[in-house]
Order: sequence, then C-alpha cells, then structure tokens
Amino acid sequence: MSNGLKKRIVKEIKVDLDKCIGCRACEMACSGFHAVPKFSSTNPARSRIRVIIEDRKDVYVPVRAGDYAQAECNCRNSYVINGKEYSECSFCTVSCSTRDLFKDPDSGLPLKCDMCADDPTLPEPMCVQVCCCDALTYVEREEEGENEVGPRGEIEVGLESLVNRFGIDKVVDLVSQLSKTK
Amino acid sequence: MRYAETGFDLEIDLSRGSIDRVETDPELSRLHLGGQGTAAKILWDRVPPEVDPLDPENLLIFSTGLLQSTPVPGANRTAVDTFSPQTGFYSHSLFGGFFGPELKYAGYDKIIFRGKASDLVYLWINNDKVEIRDASHLRGKGAQETALILKEEVGEPNAQVAAIGIAGENRVYMASIEHANSSASRGVGVIMGDKRIKAIIVRGTKDVNVAQPKELAEISIPMYRKMYDNKDCGDSMAHGEGDAFHVDNFAWGNARTRRSEFFSKEMENDWLSLEDKLRQRWTGCHNCPKDCHQAIKYPGRMPYFQKCYSKLTYAMGAFGDLDFDYNIIGITQEYGMDAYSTPQTIAFAIELYEAGILTDKDLPDFPGPDGETVEGYKVNEARFFYLVERIARREGIGDVLANGIYAAARQIGNGAEAYDHNTIKKFEQVPIKLGYVNFPYFLMYATGEKMNITQIEGSFPQAPIADKAERAEFVKNWDAAPERFKKWFMEWEPRQNPSLEASVHICDWNETMHYVDDAIGTCAFLSSFRGQFGGRPPYHIYNLPAFITHATGIEFDTDGLWEVARRNRNLIRALNVRRGLSRVDEKPPANHWKKREPETEQKLLDMYYEFKGWNNDGIPTKETLDKLGLEYVSNDFIQRGILPECEGDQS
Repeated sequence: MSNGLKKRIVKEIKVDLDKCIGCRACEMACSGFHAVPKFSSTNPARSRIRVIIEDRKDVYVPVRAGDYAQAECNCRNSYVINGKEYSECSFCTVSCSTRDLFKDPDSGLPLKCDMCADDPTLPEPMCVQVCCCDALTYVEREEEGENEVGPRGEIEVGLESLVNRFGIDKVVDLVSQLSKTK
Repeated sequence: MRYAETGFDLEIDLSRGSIDRVETDPELSRLHLGGQGTAAKILWDRVPPEVDPLDPENLLIFSTGLLQSTPVPGANRTAVDTFSPQTGFYSHSLFGGFFGPELKYAGYDKIIFRGKASDLVYLWINNDKVEIRDASHLRGKGAQETALILKEEVGEPNAQVAAIGIAGENRVYMASIEHANSSASRGVGVIMGDKRIKAIIVRGTKDVNVAQPKELAEISIPMYRKMYDNKDCGDSMAHGEGDAFHVDNFAWGNARTRRSEFFSKEMENDWLSLEDKLRQRWTGCHNCPKDCHQAIKYPGRMPYFQKCYSKLTYAMGAFGDLDFDYNIIGITQEYGMDAYSTPQTIAFAIELYEAGILTDKDLPDFPGPDGETVEGYKVNEARFFYLVERIARREGIGDVLANGIYAAARQIGNGAEAYDHNTIKKFEQVPIKLGYVNFPYFLMYATGEKMNITQIEGSFPQAPIADKAERAEFVKNWDAAPERFKKWFMEWEPRQNPSLEASVHICDWNETMHYVDDAIGTCAFLSSFRGQFGGRPPYHIYNLPAFITHATGIEFDTDGLWEVARRNRNLIRALNVRRGLSRVDEKPPANHWKKREPETEQKLLDMYYEFKGWNNDGIPTKETLDKLGLEYVSNDFIQRGILPECEGDQS
C-alpha cells in the first residue's frame, strides 16, 4: 500500500436516544452474556452497558463502558439538545473514579465493553440483538487508517506501570544500571 | 443454591422497628411458584380472619414474581397483597416498572410488613443494609416528588422507589402505590398509609442465578423480537386501535350512559394530535420490548406516565374530554389515587348532588349549576377537581367518599344506596352496561376475587368470528388454547352464548392464566389478558412451563402448572371464605345487562362450583383442598365449622 494506510473494520453501535423506551433489556442481555457460564446469572450492575434514566426529565441515555480513567475530569460541560439538558457525564463511556458506573460491584474492577467478542463471532452484540426499538443498532464499516499497532506485550504494560508509579527517570536509571551488571 | 429467586424474605416489624432477613422454604416455590401464590400462603398462615384490615397484625406484602430478574422478557410485575378495609376481603394488585427486579437484585424475594410505625417512615434497602428512616419531611409530598427527593437523599440515582401520595397518607381507600411508570391499586395503598410507610427505596447489585442457563437463553432471547413484532400483545389500544372501543362501549357518568354516536373521526383525530403534543415518549417496563406507557408532560403538572384505559376514566366519569383527563391525572397520580375507582366515586357523588341527596351543606361552594363553565372547565370537570381535593384529604364529605361507593352510600343514606349500582363485593367495577347476559362474563364477574374484570378475563376471545373459514384459520394457529376450546370456538356463532359447559371452562381457563402470571411476574399484556383479542399471546400454558423449569430447575409441565394455579386459586378463595365470602356475594350488578336469565345464571354458578370442586355455597370441599395439598385449610375450615366434620354432605 503506497500511502502506508490500510483498511480496517470499525465496529460501532449507534445510539438513537429518541427511540429508547428505557426497558433496560440491553443491561440484562449484557450481564447475562458475560456471566460464567453464559446466562447463568443476570445483574445490571455488572452490565457493560447502562441506560442512564431520569424519567421525569425524559432523559434516557444508553452508555457503553469504555476505558478506565484514573482521575476525574477537572471540568465538565453540559449540553442542551432539543431543549433537554445533558451533563457530559451522561454520555461519557469512561469507567472513572467519580461514579460507580462500570465497576464490578464485588471487586470494584473496571468493566469494559468487548462488543461481545466470542467464538464463533456473534452477528451483533447482545445489547443490539435485544433492542427491538432500534435505539441501538450495529454498524460495521471500513475505514482507512494507519497500520494498526500490534497488541502490547507484558513487558511494555509492566514498564509503563512502573513509569507511572516511579517516574521515567528512575526507571531509565534502573534499566541502565541493570544493563551494566547483567 | 436457589435459582430464579433469592430464597430470602425481608421481614419488617414497624411497631417494634425490627428488620429480619429470613430464609424461605424452597418447597413453597414448587407448590405456589412465587408472587401472589407464596404471598397467599403467608396471609393464610399469619393473618387469621379475626384481624381487621386496619389492625397492626394485618400484613402488607410486596412480592417479586418468580421469573423476575431472569433473562425471561416481560417478567417484571410485582404483586402487593393484603386485606382491604373496603371489601373486608383479600386485596391484590400488581405493578410493572422496575421495583421488583431491583428488590431481587438486592437479595430479597419479598418485603413483608407487619405492625404500624408511630409516624411516617420510609424503608431504605441498599443490598444487605436495610434501615427504617423518619419520613416526616415527606408528609404531604406527591408520590413522584417523594421518589425524586429520596433518590437525592440517599445519593443513589439508580435506586427504585414505590411511594404513596397524600391519599395513602390519609388512608383513602382508593389510594394507590406509585412507582416509576406504574401503580398498584384496589386496596393496597390505604394499608401502606395505615402502616405509616411513605415510601420504599431499594438498590440492588447482586446476581440472580438461573438453573439451566443455556436452555433458558435459547428460548428467552428470541422472545424479544417475537413480542415486539406481535401486534396483539402489549397495549394494542394505545398503538393503533384507538379509543373507540372504550368510548363507544363503556358507560359515562356514574356508569349510566352509553354514547355510541358520540365519537367521530374528527374527534379521534383531535385526540390523537393532543396526545402527540403531550407525549414526550413511549416507555416500557423492565426487560420488555413493548412500549405501553406514555410519558406525559401536561402544562403546569409534574411529568407523569399514563397507561391503559386511565386516559378516559376521568373524562368519561365527568362527561368531559381528553384534555381534562390528562390534566387531572397530573394531580391524581401525585396524590396517589386509583384511576378506576376514583372517577366513579366522584361521578357517584355528583349524581347524589343532582338528586338532592347531597346538598350545598355537604358540598360548600360546589361548582355549578349545570350548563355553566367554571374557570374554563365544564361544570362537571370543575366538580371533579373539587372532589379530588376533598377525597384525597378526607375533608368534609370527602371523608365519607374516601371509603368507596358501597360504604359511602350507606353512610350517606337517604336513598343513596340506589346510586351504588356498579359494585361487586363492595368494590367499584369497570363502568360497562350491556344488552344481553354473557355467560362466561357472568361467571367471571360473579366469582372473581381480583375485584376487577381485567384481572380475570383474557384467554378466550371476547367475540366469535362470523366467517367459518376465518374461524377455522384462527383455530388452526391457536397455540395458546387447550384442544377443548378449539371445538367450542368453532361452534360459537355471533350473537349467541357459548354453551354452559364451555362457559364454565372459559371462566376457568381465563382466571387460571392470571393465577399463573401473578405468581411468576409475567405481564398480563403478554399473556393472560392478551389472548382475547387475536388469540396470539406470546406466553401461554404450553410454553411457560419450559421458561419456569429452565429458570428454577423445578420440573413443570402444562398439567403441573395448571395444578399450581388451581392450588393458588383455592387458597385465595379460602382466605375470603374464612372472612365470610359466600354465594350471596357472587353476583354482577343487577343492571350490568338489560336482559338477564336468572335461572340459567344460577345453574351456571352451580355448574362452575361443581367443576371447581366447591360446594353449593362456593366453598372448596375437603376433597378438593386435600387433593391440592391444602389439608391445613380443610382442617381449619372444619374447626371453624365452615365445612362439616364428615364428608358426604358437601355438594
């Protein structure tokens, strides 16, 4: 490929807030699917998708769990859409320290949507399968992007956490010391 | 491990302030399933007939359905069971929404309240942590206002709340319990108020397990789409069928007048556009793809949820219009008042006023006289607003009317009794007045113990199909029906009654399906109520056993499920028999049909009792009870002299 870009498949769940009826079937299907064995239990608190509901304000926002963030945002926006006010948090997919959303209720560990990765691959993630009113729809599209970086190895993840904890200088010093002695 | 249920009840003694988590006997699930069934067992064991409904010893039980919080879609109905001061009998109501599922995720199948608190309290259930808290700051607050305050107060936006409004606080008999988009009525709100429970707020984050996950998921996941695509389930009247059925066929005012020429195409269009304007969204209940509830924002009122026929009950009671109904529900739902009984009681009072039985002394500054408008409202509409305030607060004549039509008529006297013409077993009925006695409906009205026809009817079609080929086609695809009903439906011609034998079986099948739903928590709009229009309910007696078996691990087949329903049915009848229910109580209003067949009706009742294994007075025989494993009931009946010591003289 001359431009150095290659095609990749982007998986997306489109959310149409106007169509959500607030039934929370997506939470049931998600928590059931991720139980071990599958569907042996349900528990919306373990679901990687949650419908944020404020029924007297007509707020119904299905949100999927994204990456974990260590710290809270230092500023937040609120948005008015069609006369309804939404806090940025209502859309935010991050599992963060300021709310109990997307944390396993027993371990406290962050939960993350994996698009129901399974073998064989599901035609659609479970939440989409049970959302008959089409508030959630599944879309796959091709996108050109830079070559994907391969999965990070154990060493890289481990080093990064050391850097986070002790600072880059200390880690560099230690590595150069070690390289001399070994 | 317990499957589909938690195996624990929460016992709250409000007089002592004690809270206990009590393990339940798994055998009871096999015998009664859950929900209403196991609640009936508890009421039998612990509330003898000597206990007045307003005594502290009466229980108020919130029960999750057995399948709630499992992957089975549409199992979200929570049962509330107690004894009613209005009827003196067993009182039962169901509500949808999200409360029961949340309770189960908190680790409880039921909340059982006994005793009375000394002042208003609320119950805060946060998984294992349960507290009875002071609610004096919530006195006088609306039901939904209370929910908003409490979620803020405990800092848990995901909690679910069931609350009463001022009607419940004031022990109004038609008080409801309000939750999210749903409410419970028919005598349960008054007991919640009497026990001084303003609200229950619950948050649960535990697992609910099922026994055979793979098998259960295989049949549950496709149900979402099947239900969604099935136009004969859910609230089909809200979606396309329109209002003509209720407007044309139900009676207006104090259940008096049919206005069959009233509704026009133009009016229907006006109504639809008004609804489109007021409706923010259609919403559903927990884990169900049907959107039966309208989120309504009426100017100047707290946003509320409207479901089913309530959008017409006030309008028709007041000879008013749709706008008036949407307006007044904005008040009555905050006050927590049942949208069936309340408008009828008010229409009854207006009739008494027009007849001179209630006077300006009883109703000071009562809007009127007829024909004028008052502050932009028709006179009757203004009178409805006036009386809602007085009933909810038990002020003046409202204190009498708050006891329901039957009691109010007798307290008012002076001929008022004649205006109580639409109650059965002292309870207000849906305002329907028809031409010729309908045999299955005669039996359902007469013998029902859920106090409202909508809680009894629903599996056998309301009307025959005239065209024989169409009829055969309908029967061919009628998976929900046991074989015998197919034959009877084929024989059923327009403007005829089904045979007496068929009528007996129709009543039995119809109520059996409700007894199944009310124990497992499946919504009647997906099951027991929804066979009568179109014959295609997603859940029925043939497919439900698999859902129950895979969820609970307890083997059920169709016969076994039917037997549990029969056991629960007889137990509930026994609760009422012990409180004095007998054959004399089992009659529809005299004017329900213009043309009656008194002899045939009594024959029908004889046949039905015999079919049910009840004696001539409607009391289950020892043989019937013992066969269902209810020996403790028959022993009690014999001890009390309700049944004779020796068999033989039963029929």
